[in-house]
Amino acid sequence: MMNTVPISWYLVLSAVLFACGVTGFIIKRNIITIFMSIELMLNAVNLSFVAFAYQWKQLNGEVFVFFVMVVAAAEAAVGLAIIISVFRTRETLSVDKVDLLKL
Amino acid sequence: MMHTVLFIIFAVVCVAAAINLLAQRHPINSALSLIVVMGSLALLYLLLGAEFVAAVQIIIYAGAIMVLFVFTIMLLNAGEEELSKSSRVAIVFGVPAVAVIVAALAYILSRGAGTAALGDFIGGPKEIGRLLFRDFLLPFEVTSVLILIAIMGAVVLARREER
Repeated sequence: MMNTVPISWYLVLSAVLFACGVTGFIIKRNIITIFMSIELMLNAVNLSFVAFAYQWKQLNGEVFVFFVMVVAAAEAAVGLAIIISVFRTRETLSVDKVDLLKL
Repeated sequence: MMHTVLFIIFAVVCVAAAINLLAQRHPINSALSLIVVMGSLALLYLLLGAEFVAAVQIIIYAGAIMVLFVFTIMLLNAGEEELSKSSRVAIVFGVPAVAVIVAALAYILSRGAGTAALGDFIGGPKEIGRLLFRDFLLPFEVTSVLILIAIMGAVVLARREER
């Protein structure tokens, strides 16, 4: 039976990665690193999608992963543009110093 | 045996790189460890038979998105982050709380059934494409509109305003 791996291991790994993403989102102060933590969370969810697709032998889960990737790509493009425009107006990347809606 | 060994190797690499992402102070180091996480996740997808997703993971995530990140870090000349008082509070309270949540999740998830063996379920481009262009045709077309809007949004946001 050593030739197989329980699906639950993949799910636990996905939970650990998601928790790393949440921790990074909380403790990081650089806006780019916070954004990378969000990407890490999306990746963790993708892993559990693929694991469940395997468990039920259904390809729908993998198509969902494809859509998550599309949304992540769109989000990265818009988010990094927002970061660039925030840096232009405030000259900082620290989220503690970006606490006003209007300059 | 092969599957177990490969899973353990890449799971350990994955988690180590994710923790390294949290531990590093400079964003470029975090970005490079995120690329390691994505590469090892692609190998885990291959172990689960998701060939198409693994290829897309490398091309889109490790290729396109991370290049965008590294490019932005270099463009903005991002330096090391400085810790503030609130982030120390977040470390003191947040990390144990997250550890408790992971332990609870792992306990619940580890009772799930089913095992994975190499090669008894393959999600290749042919099957994915058939599903994507037949059952998911409308969502697929909607994502093309979404990407178009994202491109326009990025151009408008990052453009320098003339005054």
